[in-house]
Amino acid sequence: MTRDEAIIKKHTEDGYKYGFTTDIDQERAEIGLNESTIRFISDKKNEPEWLLDWRLKAYDIWKKMENPDWAHLNIPVIDYQSISYYASSKKKKYKSIDEVDPEILKTYEKLGIPLEEQKMLAGVAVDYVMDSDSVFTTFKEKLSEAGVIFCSISEAVKEYPDLVKKYLGSVVPQRDNYFAALNSAVFSDGSFIYIPKGVRCPMELSTYFRINAENTGQFERTLIIADDKSYVSYLEGCTAPKRDENQLHAAVVELVALEEAEIKYSTVQNWYPGDKDGKGGIYNFVTKRGICEGNRSKISWTQVETGSAITWKYPGCILKGNNSIGEFYSVAVTNNKQQADTGTKMLHLGSNTRSRIVSKGISAGNSSNTYRGQVLIGPNAENAYNFSQCDSMLMTDRCGAHTYPYLDIKNNSAQVEHEATTSKIGEDMMFYCNQRGLSDEEAVNLIVNGFCKEVFNELPMEFAVEAKKLLEVSLEGSVG
Amino acid sequence: MLEIKNLHANVVSKPILKGLNLNIAPGEVHAIMGPNGTGKSTLASTLAGRNGYEVTKGDIVFEGEDLLDMEPDERARAGVFLAFQYPVEIPGVTTINFMKSAINARRKAEGEAAIKASEFMAEMKKNLELVEINQEFMKRSVNVGFSGGEKKRNEIFQMAMLNPKLCILDETDSGLDIDALRVVSEGVNAMRSKERSFLIITHYQRLLDYIQPDFVHVMYNGKIVKSGDKSLAKKLEDKGYDWIKEANA
Ligand SMILES: Nc1ncnc2c1ncn2[C@@H]1O[C@H](COP(=O)(O)OP(=O)(O)O)[C@@H](O)[C@H]1O
Ligand SMILES: [Mg+2]
Repeated sequence: MTRDEAIIKKHTEDGYKYGFTTDIDQERAEIGLNESTIRFISDKKNEPEWLLDWRLKAYDIWKKMENPDWAHLNIPVIDYQSISYYASSKKKKYKSIDEVDPEILKTYEKLGIPLEEQKMLAGVAVDYVMDSDSVFTTFKEKLSEAGVIFCSISEAVKEYPDLVKKYLGSVVPQRDNYFAALNSAVFSDGSFIYIPKGVRCPMELSTYFRINAENTGQFERTLIIADDKSYVSYLEGCTAPKRDENQLHAAVVELVALEEAEIKYSTVQNWYPGDKDGKGGIYNFVTKRGICEGNRSKISWTQVETGSAITWKYPGCILKGNNSIGEFYSVAVTNNKQQADTGTKMLHLGSNTRSRIVSKGISAGNSSNTYRGQVLIGPNAENAYNFSQCDSMLMTDRCGAHTYPYLDIKNNSAQVEHEATTSKIGEDMMFYCNQRGLSDEEAVNLIVNGFCKEVFNELPMEFAVEAKKLLEVSLEGSVG
Repeated sequence: MLEIKNLHANVVSKPILKGLNLNIAPGEVHAIMGPNGTGKSTLASTLAGRNGYEVTKGDIVFEGEDLLDMEPDERARAGVFLAFQYPVEIPGVTTINFMKSAINARRKAEGEAAIKASEFMAEMKKNLELVEINQEFMKRSVNVGFSGGEKKRNEIFQMAMLNPKLCILDETDSGLDIDALRVVSEGVNAMRSKERSFLIITHYQRLLDYIQPDFVHVMYNGKIVKSGDKSLAKKLEDKGYDWIKEANA
């Protein structure tokens, strides 16, 4: 066996570390999607009438829409009638951690995030979402002292209906796109955060999403509202078990930053990517958008995407307030047969609005990695400024990298800068590292980490470490 | 330490090294001189095992082992160090991280634990002083934005950090001003020992005013065509390479 073959073999047989399933009693909706499915979900969650109506309206819209096909993706036909839209473990409502199903706790342990340890971890409050229900929320008390609301969307619907009614769908309307409409119809659960005026959230908030049940699409919905002069940093981490069939994940995230508020939203996405032949894996079709509603507000998206069979995702900012700032920092890694079409959309509406885009794409194996970014400068956006930097690194001759920047400028005072590079991982860099004693794997890790540094710098410390490790696992044996 | 026998090597299927012989004993300093394009860098790259440098004939034995059987990183860990003619930039990787990774890669291969931070810092400080580099450089990306002279000093710094048995310097002196030349030479001289050997590739004899070689070889058209002591370098300086070319035409 040659050295390259040995490395490839090691990689392909190493498998997906998070690919285990949990045996817990499930209660799930009947397979398929129709009005009664939506009524079932709404009923299970004891939702008020207005929300059921909202869901039904979304369903009507969705029925008339079609799967988008403009992305640089090869999306197999998805049979929406063969998916179960609601799964929830039967045992519910935990007052203390002892009541949580030990199987669920074991799952978290395998994920490397034991609740106990997470509690300690630098004051991170974690809201776990397993399939459809929010299982357990830690740190609630400390947060409520600060006036911060951090709970599941279902709970928020009951406890804070005014806030939910006002903002749900205000940034990503039901008709925004095919997957957003689907999500609006069937969303199961997700996180809700409200930071009151003048409050700096005392800790990083975090949710781990995990798809467990077979054939269950996960449709979580996240809504974060930062009131005037408040600040919050939120991290979302995702893994999913390894299964042969594909699973659909169509989430919606909405952020609202009011006057001088700042929201920092970080994602480390490690959904199961499928095996080396492209069998199985998550279809990740996510709509994430934030609005800088108030003047001098700021929204910053940071994402590290290593998983999923297909990723379709463009976290964006609507810069409505004057002097508001939008940022997008992204690392997207694809290997084997993975496909990613990801980027951002910066919509400048207010004057003196600024946006910054830093995208790093790494492609290995036979994968395809596309950056798609849109910068729109509206007619009233005086002195708007955008800087975009899109770098692609190729690990093999078989993979592809594509960059599609779209510019639409309706105000002459705008200043827009765009830089893009594509390079094969440098033979000279590899040799230089080898000559200092580093193996191929060590050299790749070092070079790739350096390549992604600007983005990793944006992540909270603990998560930057996690992101680096994920990259190492994703790219094991990928040079060639 | 190093025995090169009848070495033939191709670069992109073109024969460049054509029967080169060289023996280096522990503690010796050998200089190789020769006109541009004669294969000096090719020899350095072949010794270090660079991809695309294909040995078609001959043997290289390093410390009793067949060097040609080893991967580039194995050769490095076994004690072969190459100071590059054109040091490579690695964006986003700090020099400090780069060196720590290199040292720990060696330790890992030996089954040893990673170097302690305090031990590393002490080594680093000592060797930075040796090549007169400011500690701030360690926080910058490897060679990115470094001047030509800074890059070459960085090579010697790395050499000092990694404690090699055989140091190959490929035109480390070219492009250096007189100050940098002095610093680099002093660094090399400080590293000379009974065990460590040097193969110094240079185009000019001025480096050899600072580093006294035990042997000087003239390379031409992929072979060593003449060997002697330091006076040979002087002769080349005075007479140029034409007489060599003529003699080997
Ligand atoms: N990577 C390469 N690709 C093609 N030709 C090369 C390459 N490296 C070296 N050569 C050729 O090999 C010959 C020797 O080059 P080199 O070893 O760099 O000489 P020197 O270092 O003595 O100046 C030259 O003719 C050069 O053009
Ligand atoms: Mg040369």
